Amino acid sequence: MALLELQNIHTYYGGIHALKGLSIEVEQGEVVTLIGSNGAGKSTTLKTICGQTRAREGKVFFNGTDITNMRTHEIAQLGIAHVPEGRRIFPKLTVRENLEMGAFSVTDKKQIEEGIERAFHYFPRLKERINQKGGTMSGGEQQMLAIARGLMMKPKILMLDEPSMGLAPILVEQIFEIITELNREGMTILLVEQNANQALTVASRGYVIQTGEIILQDKAENLLANPQVREAYLA
Amino acid sequence: MLLSILPQVLVDGLTLGFMYAVVALGYTMVYGILEFINFAHGEIFMVGAFVGTEVLLIADAMGSLKGMNPYIALVLMLVIGMLVTGALGVGIERIAYRPLRNAPRLVPLISAIGVSFLLQDLVRFTEAVARNEFYLNSPILFNNSINLGFASIPQKALIVIVIAIIMMVALTLFVNKTKWGIAMRAVAQDQTTASLMTINVDKVIMLTFLIGSSLGGATGVLFAQNYGTIDPYIGFILGLKAFTAAVLGGIGNLRGAMVGGIILGLLESLAGAYMGPLTGGAFGAEYKDVFAFSILILVLLFKPEGLFGEAVKEKV
Ligand SMILES: Nc1ncnc2c1ncn2[C@@H]1O[C@H](COP(=O)(O)OP(=O)(O)OP(=O)(O)O)[C@@H](O)[C@H]1O
Ligand SMILES: [Mg+2]
Repeated sequence: MALLELQNIHTYYGGIHALKGLSIEVEQGEVVTLIGSNGAGKSTTLKTICGQTRAREGKVFFNGTDITNMRTHEIAQLGIAHVPEGRRIFPKLTVRENLEMGAFSVTDKKQIEEGIERAFHYFPRLKERINQKGGTMSGGEQQMLAIARGLMMKPKILMLDEPSMGLAPILVEQIFEIITELNREGMTILLVEQNANQALTVASRGYVIQTGEIILQDKAENLLANPQVREAYLA
Repeated sequence: MLLSILPQVLVDGLTLGFMYAVVALGYTMVYGILEFINFAHGEIFMVGAFVGTEVLLIADAMGSLKGMNPYIALVLMLVIGMLVTGALGVGIERIAYRPLRNAPRLVPLISAIGVSFLLQDLVRFTEAVARNEFYLNSPILFNNSINLGFASIPQKALIVIVIAIIMMVALTLFVNKTKWGIAMRAVAQDQTTASLMTINVDKVIMLTFLIGSSLGGATGVLFAQNYGTIDPYIGFILGLKAFTAAVLGGIGNLRGAMVGGIILGLLESLAGAYMGPLTGGAFGAEYKDVFAFSILILVLLFKPEGLFGEAVKEKV
């Protein structure tokens, strides 16, 4: 069984049918990307995985455990880190406190300090800002902090919701490099992106979602070459 | 003449103010996390006053108070008062508020008012059954005064102030330096994201009620020791004043509640002492409550975010 498996998921917001029988698999060690346009259901997919919205039908399995009806903090505790859309930094906590909250379930103080050092290795900028309030940092710095915070729990899978959104090209480049580096060190990653070109470059496989349904799934290089994908998402 | 009573007025005001401040913390902590005003908090304070006083009365009846170090007696009252009110606050949240968390805002507010009446009547009933009277006269542990020449400070007032400061410092350290304290602030800022960090939001809310309520209960114990007589309705006015203090400081803001409480206590005491003489007797000390609530109205009109609060913006 795959590390993460969504089977025939239906999610609703009131009367809105946001996910319509969606099935996705992520194997250990893979970078899988989920691409699609605005409102396609990408964020809803991630929210359903971590229990922020509930699937009305279908099941989510993680590491063989049925997590469909578990509570969000319990799901996170299994090793699922979700770096949400819009960063969602705690604005009035300092950078250090934000990182410490990422490691809330870690009891070993030494491991927390190592995690913070690792965060500085990936994002040296955070080191200079360690005592700054999260809300006063630039958008790019907040994105770095959000990813670093997600890594603090040493997750089994890292789910990133549009990490490149609103960032300058050079920073986007940097974020994708870090994704590659993390994966090389063994991290499994589920990457939601509108920036399909770059997402498909770092991913091994991809899914294309449209109005709540997976319309295409393939190896990343095939999707990159697919005329339909090229026209709709790589224009 | 007017000036000669000033030191005394200030001591009274500070004593009152520190009590407002600690009770205000309970309002502001809960508001910070749930955006909900726990109107039963004043009654928690009242229960604390009764539990502490009963501890003393029972110890006295058993004869174990004689020869007991008054500081040990005080600590005993505080600990038992805080345990009972802490548990009470957690229980109230679980039973009367949590099931209503997704209901329209007015609903838990009404539930809180219901809990207030329930606690008042419960205490009144219990005391009436146990002692035939629903108010209590508390033995006072500390009767000395410290004479500073220009003013004499009653020992019991000093104790209120010192213990209030200890509680305020402890809370500040907890909220800023400990993992659960930081988690409390994280939950106040963004519950959804906090739960992504494996934080159990319900547990943090429980902890908030536990701490806020036990601080309120401890203040009740101090109140009874300072004023001597308590009845089941003391939580109403004091609760409203502490709430005023929390709004004055900026509701949701801990430092605001502390400063707001002390300012309100001082202003009220000054108004009580000087309004009469200054208005030629037209407005005497009996108007001091009106004065306190006028401050609430003025703050709400001109600076609704309070002294330390940020301008209100809708949460996203
Ligand atoms: N809280 C909500 N209440 C009602 N409808 C919602 C809610 N959140 C999302 N939706 C709807 O569900 C659908 C999928 O939204 P979702 O946020 O998953 O899209 P997305 O693919 O992440 O889009 P974007 O790229 O713009 O972030 C959209 O039609 C959206 O309007
Ligand atoms: Mg989205």
